[in-house]
Amino acid sequence: MNVRLYVWQRATAAVMAPLVVVHIAIIFYASRQGMSAADVLARTRGSIAWAAFYALFVLAVSIHASIGVRNILTEWSPLPERRADACAVFFGLVLAALGLRAVAAVVLP
Amino acid sequence: MIGRELKHRRSALWLAAILHRISGLALAIFLPFHFLALGLAINGEARLENFLRWTDQPLVKVAEIGLVFLFTTHLLGGLRILVIENFAWREGQKQLATLAAALSAIVAFAFLVRVF
Repeated sequence: MNVRLYVWQRATAAVMAPLVVVHIAIIFYASRQGMSAADVLARTRGSIAWAAFYALFVLAVSIHASIGVRNILTEWSPLPERRADACAVFFGLVLAALGLRAVAAVVLP
Repeated sequence: MIGRELKHRRSALWLAAILHRISGLALAIFLPFHFLALGLAINGEARLENFLRWTDQPLVKVAEIGLVFLFTTHLLGGLRILVIENFAWREGQKQLATLAAALSAIVAFAFLVRVF
């Protein structure tokens, strides 16, 4: 892993640490209520704060996870480095697209 | 020879490193499905509601407990790495790694109590 990727992975980890704590708290809160779609969407729809929270989370996790996947591919698979890079970039883009679509699905009124 | 090469694998810190990697890989596999499930709401509340009712099955709950454990493990393992890399070295890394695993198990158990 080069220095640039190392810094991106650690920086996104630092950004996500508080987001993960909040997300785990939400998972507990939602499970306590016997989560329904109406409960979830009533909290998130039209909320700029939740949109910003989850959009940041999605972008950070897409970068973080794609660098992690690249590390695993280069260390544990026979793929040449350039192909591992391509797979990781593709994975990161798919994750970001699906994640931002999910955010839009739950926050847009 | 092989025994000597694999000796490090008995270390709690090697286990912590491998658990961090495996939990990260598992979360990376899970995330696209998580996003697809939430994305169901784009076609209306009813589709998300149907999916959530499907997740009420006990086996899905058990899988969710596993995910909460992996999620917490990856968070605490990651924080441990950030602390090691950015602050002065502290003794007792094995104890800290064990504490992180124990705390993850407690969080997962608390989730188990809540969902069942």
